[in-house]
Order: sequence, then C-alpha cells, then structure tokens
Amino acid sequence: MRMRDGWACRLAFRLARLLAAVALAGPFGSLAARAESPDLGHVATPDEIAAWDISIDPSGAGLPAGSGSARIGAAIFAAKCAACHGESGGGRPNDALVGGAGSLATNKPVKTVGSYWPYATTLFDYIRRAMPLPQSKSLTNEEVYALAAYILAQNKIIGEDDVMDARTLPQVKMPNRDGFVRFERGK
Amino acid sequence: MRRSRHRNHDTALAPAARNGLLDRRIFLAGGAALAAAPAAQAEPLAVPPWSQVPGAGFTPYGAPSHFEAKVGRVFASAPGTTGTGAARTPLHLTDGMITPNGLHFERSHSGIPDIDPDAHRLLIHGLVRRPLVFTLETLARYPMESRITFLECAGNGQLLNAAQPAQATVQGLQGLVSCAEWTGVRLAVLLEEAGVDPRASWLLAEGADAAGMSRSVPLAKAMDDAMVALYQNGERVRPSNGYPMRLLLPGFEGNMNVKWLRRIKLTDGPTMTKDETSKYTILERDGKALQFAFPMEAKSLITRPSPGLTMKGPGLYDISGLAWSGYGKVAKVEVSADGGKSWAEAALSAPVLSRALTRFRLPWRWDGGPAMLQSRATDETGYVQPTRSELLARRGPNGLFHFNGIMSWSVAPGGEVKHAYA
Repeated sequence: MRMRDGWACRLAFRLARLLAAVALAGPFGSLAARAESPDLGHVATPDEIAAWDISIDPSGAGLPAGSGSARIGAAIFAAKCAACHGESGGGRPNDALVGGAGSLATNKPVKTVGSYWPYATTLFDYIRRAMPLPQSKSLTNEEVYALAAYILAQNKIIGEDDVMDARTLPQVKMPNRDGFVRFERGK
Repeated sequence: MRRSRHRNHDTALAPAARNGLLDRRIFLAGGAALAAAPAAQAEPLAVPPWSQVPGAGFTPYGAPSHFEAKVGRVFASAPGTTGTGAARTPLHLTDGMITPNGLHFERSHSGIPDIDPDAHRLLIHGLVRRPLVFTLETLARYPMESRITFLECAGNGQLLNAAQPAQATVQGLQGLVSCAEWTGVRLAVLLEEAGVDPRASWLLAEGADAAGMSRSVPLAKAMDDAMVALYQNGERVRPSNGYPMRLLLPGFEGNMNVKWLRRIKLTDGPTMTKDETSKYTILERDGKALQFAFPMEAKSLITRPSPGLTMKGPGLYDISGLAWSGYGKVAKVEVSADGGKSWAEAALSAPVLSRALTRFRLPWRWDGGPAMLQSRATDETGYVQPTRSELLARRGPNGLFHFNGIMSWSVAPGGEVKHAYA
C-alpha cells in the first residue's frame, strides 16, 4: 500500500516531480530539490566509512589485502570454531559446514557450505562480520581468508595448499552455484 | 455453501456451512434468540475486598495484571547461545489485530545488542551521489508517517513440513507473526537526499548486532513503501525489535526488516549474503532452491478455539482468527468445521488494512460432536491460501520457508482441541 496522505508522502511526490524537472533543467535544479528535504545527514568521507563497509558481493569487490590457506586455517578452526561446528566442520552442536554433496534432491538434504552455498565470497563476508562466537569481528583478514580456505578445502572444492585472497576467492566455483531459481508467486 | 444474502433474522440463524457454522451476521441480527441457557441456581453476588479499599498507586510504566502472567512468549535458542533463536507471540491468548510490544515475536541471529542511541549511526552509501550519516536525533526531525503492518518470520509454520502433526499451541506452531503500528521516516526521502545513482538497483541493509545481520532489498521496494522505523505502537522500537531503528518493508519476510539498522549500501545487484543464500531459500524436491521469495503469502489461522484451549461443553462459540497477506489486503476468510468439505464466510473486523493482520470471526454452534476447524484466506489479488498437501505436493517436504498451508484443528467430543492434518 502506498501512503496516500501525510507530509512525508507529499514531500516524496514533490521531490520526485522536482527531480524529474532537474533532469531537464540541469545541475542547478538539484539544489532546489534538496532544499525541499530536511537534509540533516552529514556527508561521510571514505575514511569514515571504511571500517563499516564490510559487505562482499559475488564479484569480490571490497575484499581486503591478505591471504590464507587451509593448512593455516586448520589450527584456527580447531581453536575458535570446532566447539560449535564440530571437528573438521562436520557440525554439532551448530551448523554443519562440510559434507552433504549430492544430497539436495534426496529426502534428507544436508545443506552445508559445500553442498548448498552458491558463492565463496559469502564465506569471507559472513565469517568476518559474525564469527566466531562470542567474539564477532575479532578475526584478522588473514585469519578469515585462512578459515574460508579451510572450509572450502574440507569440502574438496579447493586443495589444501590453494591460497585464498582477493583475487582467487571470487574465482572459486561452488558446486551449487546454479542451484537457485528466482521465486515466482504461486510456486 | 454460499452464504445467505437474506437479511431477515430467521435466515441469519440458519447454518452457513455444515457442522454448526452460522451466518457471520448473527450477532448483528440480535442475540436474544441465542440466549437459551437456563437460569442456574447461584450464590448471591458478593462485594469483593478490592471494592472496599483504595487500590494500588501509579507506576511510571504499566504492566499487565499479575493474573495474566501466563500470557508470554515462548522461546528457544541455539546451543551455547542465549539470544540466537526466536521468541513466539501467544496468538491464542491475545485478540484484536495489534500485538502488544512485549509480546511481539523476535528472531535474532546473535542476541539483542544494547545500543546507546546517542552513539548509533545510520550510514547510507554505495551508489549514491553523496554518502550520508544520520544520528537518531537528526532522523527524529524528519517528517514521519505511521502504518500498521504485520511482520512474519519466513520460517513461521515450518513444523507443518513434518510428517505427523506436531502437538503444540498455535503459539508454538505459528507464533512468529505479529502486527504493530510503526512510525518513522520514509526511506525514499533519505535515499533521495543521498542521490540515487542510476546504476543502483538493489541495496544492502545491515544491522549493528554482533551477527551484522544483512539482507539485499530491491531498490524498487525501498522507494515504494520502506521505512526507517523509530516507534513501535507509540513508543520507541523495543530493543528486541531493533532499537533504536529498524528497516520496515511492509509485507516482506521478517528477516529482511533489518533490526538495529546501521548501514544501507546501494548496489547494482544482490550481495548474496549468508541469509539470502544458505538460509531463507526454499529447497524443492528436485534439489533446486527458490530464492528471493520476498512477500509473505496470504495465510490465516484460527486462534480460538485452538490447541490447548479446551471447549467447555456444547453451545455457541465465537470462532476467532487472524489472516494476512504480504501482497495487499485480505479480501475474504472462510471457515470450515468439517475439514474443508463446506465453508462459511467469516466477518472481517475493521479496519482491514493492506499488509496488516486482519481479525476474522464467525459464530459456531458446537453440537458436542467431532469437528475439524479450518480457515482459508483469499487476498485482494485473488490468491487463495492452499491446503497443506497442495503446498507439499508442489514443493516437497524440505522447503521450510514461506509455508502458508491451511491449518487444521480437530475437536474431540470431550472438547479437546488438537493440531491435525485434514
């Protein structure tokens, strides 16, 4: 439902109209458009944003410097991850990260990083932002690359000595890369 | 099967569907004919002690009667955590369309952060002309709007995938849906101020919690009716629902309504976060998974009677329940007392709002025999809520999310109500 009344709605419509006019009138129009809005945010500098800009999309844009391999990741995993995800990432008490290959079309699908996740970049994004409990965001970028490499290697997607970095991680082809279909209503 | 169009009293009392369902206008037609209970022998009415002494004093923030202590959320958390999980709304113990703030469902991915509102920031950046940072104080100066909308976890009703009907209350089975009046700043206003780059088609919304919960949202939704919500039912958004601010995407699955909103990054495609790939995707029988099923589908359920609320003998009952659709308004709710063989149209309690919980009611004269109660919603787009088996036949048993199949309550002759598969 669109809101059909209220100041905010009228403002949004006015803005849209003005912006449409701006497109025709040139750069001076945009100042007029902004004058209609409270405009109380402060303009952020790149330095100000850097520590928060942590999301990594499938292209790998924004992946930081650093690198790691499964051999290095194994020790970090044992120390910081295995208590929740099981020795070698097999799961229990929390999510399994390894295994499940070929299970998705069966009656007992096992959804892990190896069997289900479509993009390796998501591993870096998620480990860095949310892991390990109870100290989220405490890992160095080197450690995150090493852990991503370890989990990928445990799933036999890369080798033990393959180095994951900003260039190689987005190139990893996940087994279930083409396993997702855009939802359509009624399905 | 079709409800009677007649207005006269006698016709209104006629059954609207089999097994005792009455016309929805019966209470409007006049209740005198319903009051058939014989006068019982009773003690004289007493003057109780609370009528004889002054009551309690004022308190800064009110709380429910202590007699209502049983009305609370039930919750479970992942092993080794205290706040990674969900708390469910007691749908069977509440009425109306609004969920009290203390009973609104919660789903959190790494607990509830204790955010200092003065230190919180909202960053809007990415494909914009100029990145902007907002404080709560500055946002609170923007023109605001209010809307009443439901939130439903995409995993609500997941137990319906089980081979046998799980025996739980409607709270346990479907308690991850709630409805509140949200007040805040239209996201489009903030995005316009930042200046949307024509290459932008999505945005990433991210929370300030330890999970950094993040989801991709189509820009079209953000420009249509998205809100940065600051108030929930008139007070600041509760910590468990995103204090000091959350994203509100009316009709979209709960997970996308990012709580503790700290960052919005405009992008040229979905970021493919953990929660929109490995979770919140619907795995089908062929091993493929449906992704980006954003609006919650039309759905309904009967909250009273429901499992755990035992019927107190034959007679007249007001069947009451909730219906909603992420695609618009509820157009119609039908109720069956014979497992879906015959249906009667329920009354919808005003107001009926787009993407809000809608209360429905229907009188039922229970004869004391076995019954199978169901409700079926149709929304304004004409979509009809499917049966559980229709949904399972399409998807297989491992879809987990967006399960909106019809719920069935079996009523035994003794009055016990249980979850059943019809």
